[in-house]
Amino acid sequence: MIDNKEFQKKIKKAENTAYLAMLFTSIASILLLFAIYDPTFSIFENKNPNLVYSDIDEDRIEKGIHVRTGLIDAEGLMTVVNNCTNCHSAKLVIQNKMSTESWNAAIKWMQKTQNLWDLGENQKIIVNYLVTNYPATSKGRRMVLKDIDWYTLEN
Amino acid sequence: MSNHLYNFTILKRRSFVKKTVLSSFAAIIGTELVFGSKMLDGYTPLVLQDPDPYKMFRKNKDMVILNDKPWNIEAQAHLLDDKITPNSSMFIRNNGKTPENINQKNWTLTIDGESVKSKKTYTLDDLKSKFKHHTYQLTLECGGNGRNEFDPPAKGNQWTIGAVHCASWTGVRLRDVLEDAGIKSNAVYIGYHSADAHLSGDPSKEPISRGCPMSKAQQDETILAFQMNNKDIPLIHGYPLRLVAGGWPASVSGKWVNRISIRDKVHDGTKMTGTAYRIPCNPVAPGEKVKDEDMCIIESMPVKSLITYPKTGATINNGKSLNIRGHAWAGELEVNKMEYSIDFGSTWTTCSIEKPINRLAWQHFSASIKFSKIGYYEVWARATDTNGTAQPMLLPGWNPKGYLNNACHRIAIKVI
Repeated sequence: MIDNKEFQKKIKKAENTAYLAMLFTSIASILLLFAIYDPTFSIFENKNPNLVYSDIDEDRIEKGIHVRTGLIDAEGLMTVVNNCTNCHSAKLVIQNKMSTESWNAAIKWMQKTQNLWDLGENQKIIVNYLVTNYPATSKGRRMVLKDIDWYTLEN
Repeated sequence: MSNHLYNFTILKRRSFVKKTVLSSFAAIIGTELVFGSKMLDGYTPLVLQDPDPYKMFRKNKDMVILNDKPWNIEAQAHLLDDKITPNSSMFIRNNGKTPENINQKNWTLTIDGESVKSKKTYTLDDLKSKFKHHTYQLTLECGGNGRNEFDPPAKGNQWTIGAVHCASWTGVRLRDVLEDAGIKSNAVYIGYHSADAHLSGDPSKEPISRGCPMSKAQQDETILAFQMNNKDIPLIHGYPLRLVAGGWPASVSGKWVNRISIRDKVHDGTKMTGTAYRIPCNPVAPGEKVKDEDMCIIESMPVKSLITYPKTGATINNGKSLNIRGHAWAGELEVNKMEYSIDFGSTWTTCSIEKPINRLAWQHFSASIKFSKIGYYEVWARATDTNGTAQPMLLPGWNPKGYLNNACHRIAIKVI
């Protein structure tokens, strides 16, 4: 009887020691993993991406192109970026080569149906930027095939 | 006993350690991937909101991105070579923001409107269990496919030739569902409503809500689809429920549909009115101003074809013949003649064209071409529909929004 109790006590003790050992081993393995994969413990650093990117210029220009939007760096660029890339991509602007009249009509349509705000004095700056940097080209009734990527067809 | 305990502890610890290791891996590597790569790259802060569209939508890397807000992506002719278009080559035309967190268990479709006998709501399970399933291969072409060729240019996404596909769609007939709810005798049109959000974020605005006359809505092939190519419809193509009306501008085939209104007048939802998906009722000169009331809604798409093999730019040896193939379609009609020309339309050679697998599916043509001398050639393809109307070699009638360009497709070939 006594032996039995003693035995159970010992088991309890052994169990506790085992749990303790488990705990330490786990902590050790986690630390080891950090040492391998994340030696600087960057996971505990502030993850706010704004902070991470604070030293990156969101509006930097490379080779005459506003990197973030792909728009040409020219007079009126930031007015276009700030007014024309909130709702839709700059890609939609770049692929449309239109006249002053058509751009003004497009702006009117966006104000009527797409919640675009009154552009005031900026409208002139924007349209001028667009027609100057993305002028309409004459395509006629059918264009010549261009930019053909020639390859050898084995048959 | 102690031995047993020892083993037990070891096993428990092993499983514990294993779990810890795995979750640490996930946590640490995951974190490193998300933040670390950004810090290393340094100059792509927008990537956080801008995941790779090719991976996200599982598209072929040769697909062309026209617009990323909203997403508009088109194929190139050679990507459309399959008889049944796979997801990887299907164009994406979005008008608004793709809905998020869709739970198809909670998805419902409501049939309402002035001309419904009794407003009714169906769960997806209701639709699947109550009505007979049908599968059709259906040609969906964007009304603005080919817009980039118009002069003067038309506003909008500058589609070239790749805004068309012909996938296999499985669902229930819209007619069966409309009849179940009951159609009043004064019904004129249906209009769909969807779960996508307006680009401006304004919840009172719908990005697009189009429809079709009752006659089109009640065709056998007009279906409410829940599968595309025998799988759940990909999210970007309308999961979990898409209206599919082949042969008409693809904008009639509303994605993420949750309500269909039976109207007693022509549906007046977003992009049904003004100049959207409309062309001048009477022909106009290029650049001419057209009043809204003189614009008519586009219904059936026109006859058209694409050479999908070989890819443009092929160089072949003199004496070898060139095998070409592709697809042709004609909106509500069928294509009954297919021709090609290698001399800019001076002479045309008729080639074989298969019957469609079902009405409103594209048809496949093929030919073997011999060239008599070396040089630069263009292979032009021309389809003619059952009304005898052929594709023009030049641009068809100019229209303010640049719709319905069905001019002949051509590829460049060099014989050396």
